[in-house]
Amino acid sequence: MKILVTVKRIPDPDESLKFAADGLDYSASKWVPNAFDEYAVETALRLAEVVGGTQRLAEVIVLSICPEGSRQHVTQFLAMGADRGIIVDADPDKLDTITISKLIAAVFKKEACDLLVAGKLSQDNEGNQVPQRVAGLLGLPQACFAAGIKWDQTGRALDVSREVDDGVEQKRVPLPAVVSVDLRIVLPKSVANGSTPATHAYNEGPRLASLKGITMAKRKPVAVHKLADLGVTATTSEQNVAVTAPPKRKAGQRVKTVEELFEKLTKEAKVI
Amino acid sequence: MSKVLVILETANGKLRPHCLPGITAGARISAATGKPLELLVLGADASAAEAIAAAGYGATAVLSMVAPGLEPFTAEAWADAIVAAVKASGASVIGGSASSTLRDALPRAAALLDAPLVSDIVGVKDADTFTRPVSAGRALIDVKASAPIVCFTARGTEFEPAQPGSAVSLSALPAPALNNRGVQVKSVQKTESSRPALTEAKVVISGGRGMREGANFKLLEQLTDLLGGALGASRAATDAGMVPADLQVGQTGKIVAPDLYIAVAISGAIQHLAGMKGSKVIVAINKDEEAPLFQIADYALAAKWEDAIPRLIELIKAKRGAA
Repeated sequence: MKILVTVKRIPDPDESLKFAADGLDYSASKWVPNAFDEYAVETALRLAEVVGGTQRLAEVIVLSICPEGSRQHVTQFLAMGADRGIIVDADPDKLDTITISKLIAAVFKKEACDLLVAGKLSQDNEGNQVPQRVAGLLGLPQACFAAGIKWDQTGRALDVSREVDDGVEQKRVPLPAVVSVDLRIVLPKSVANGSTPATHAYNEGPRLASLKGITMAKRKPVAVHKLADLGVTATTSEQNVAVTAPPKRKAGQRVKTVEELFEKLTKEAKVI
Repeated sequence: MSKVLVILETANGKLRPHCLPGITAGARISAATGKPLELLVLGADASAAEAIAAAGYGATAVLSMVAPGLEPFTAEAWADAIVAAVKASGASVIGGSASSTLRDALPRAAALLDAPLVSDIVGVKDADTFTRPVSAGRALIDVKASAPIVCFTARGTEFEPAQPGSAVSLSALPAPALNNRGVQVKSVQKTESSRPALTEAKVVISGGRGMREGANFKLLEQLTDLLGGALGASRAATDAGMVPADLQVGQTGKIVAPDLYIAVAISGAIQHLAGMKGSKVIVAINKDEEAPLFQIADYALAAKWEDAIPRLIELIKAKRGAA
């Protein structure tokens, strides 16, 4: 079993944004891994490892589209426990979503992977579309917004709990497949691989890299591909033409008592 | 002829109301491009399409594609259906409200059509340029999409629900072979509630980490029901399992914009603000005066919820009693 996980780095979402004339200015930003990609790597590792044993059920490959000089996040994910890395040498901010999806699909095919695990969105662009697109391009089943995964090894399928608008859907997808993960996939018992004891409870959230992991990361193989190696030609179907700050809310008022609040809501705002 | 096509979802023979803002977004694009607006009803039951055609919603025609394979919803079958409908109708713009259904199926269809998709749009700048929020709503970007076919999803809170108008023609499109790629939808556990949908409610009462445990939400439920609203929660509360995950309001949960939003024991992380700052009136009740939510709330009350909520319920009841 081969699990491919897509990862990217984003400007720190806790830093304030800098607006420039023609876009957002990230020149002084601190870069961090996208949180949903950390959840995706954690998901893949939980599927691959057998807690209490030494066996590995799957190889975990992290894939990132990133130019030279901005690849630290790949090393971080290798330190977390992924087995090897694949880099597509390009600036993702200069590629459209169509091209990015084609690149991921091409790597999935080239590596003959069984599963793509991706974060449901990146916290900067919030497109929420790449995993769905890759599944479409590959003609594979998809389970998006996953909050729980049970791997049925004998049935070669995943039973996925998907968070939808009005509840939780249980969807069974045969492998190979594409899964996008939501926040709650990293709760202690969200992922079960059929080999780690069902009673095992993970620590909540993505794991931290161990010291050993950090040392080993430097020795793990990382392949670098160009667009042309993958048979993909970049297209330019989307272009950001302007960026503005949303209107600010006016500062409100402090009220001292519940009575005063009630008075304001009934007489001033007239919403009760 | 090239047209704007808005995809509609139905349940129990009726249009799902969350689709109405998507029609309005389609109408704006129709006005900007000069292309006629048509509606596409997908499902296993033809009855809803007739009622939709009778109401028209300002469109010029309603198309329906009926096939047993479209229910229960799977992104795989719906994407096949959307692709076939685009080809059969000659649509050049296709989209609808950003529900979990379209978020799942439309990007897949867009990939099959080799089309860009501008997701979660909040405005239509011109024929091919749409505005969408990024970075938890802290910036708005105008995205120009250049391709023969363009897809969009529209944020429900930013477009008025489309209103019924004059009846229009209804025609059936032949359903293609639908390949669901071997998936099975085993069940959908709906969160049962007699309350209005979170994204459609006029009043939303949300609780956060400070509520400490699920049982304490009973008090918020009382206030919610008194005001005819919907119950929401912060990520901290849903992650802790106090309430079901589908009540989460925020960047990665539901985006709401009610007339009145009351945040109780919620500090106001950026990702929560992204889901509710479009509300008309925001009330923050928190014992911590430093809560970031106090900076954007119209009315901020530093108080413990244990004291404030029962008193607020009393005052509302007293007013109702007196009226």
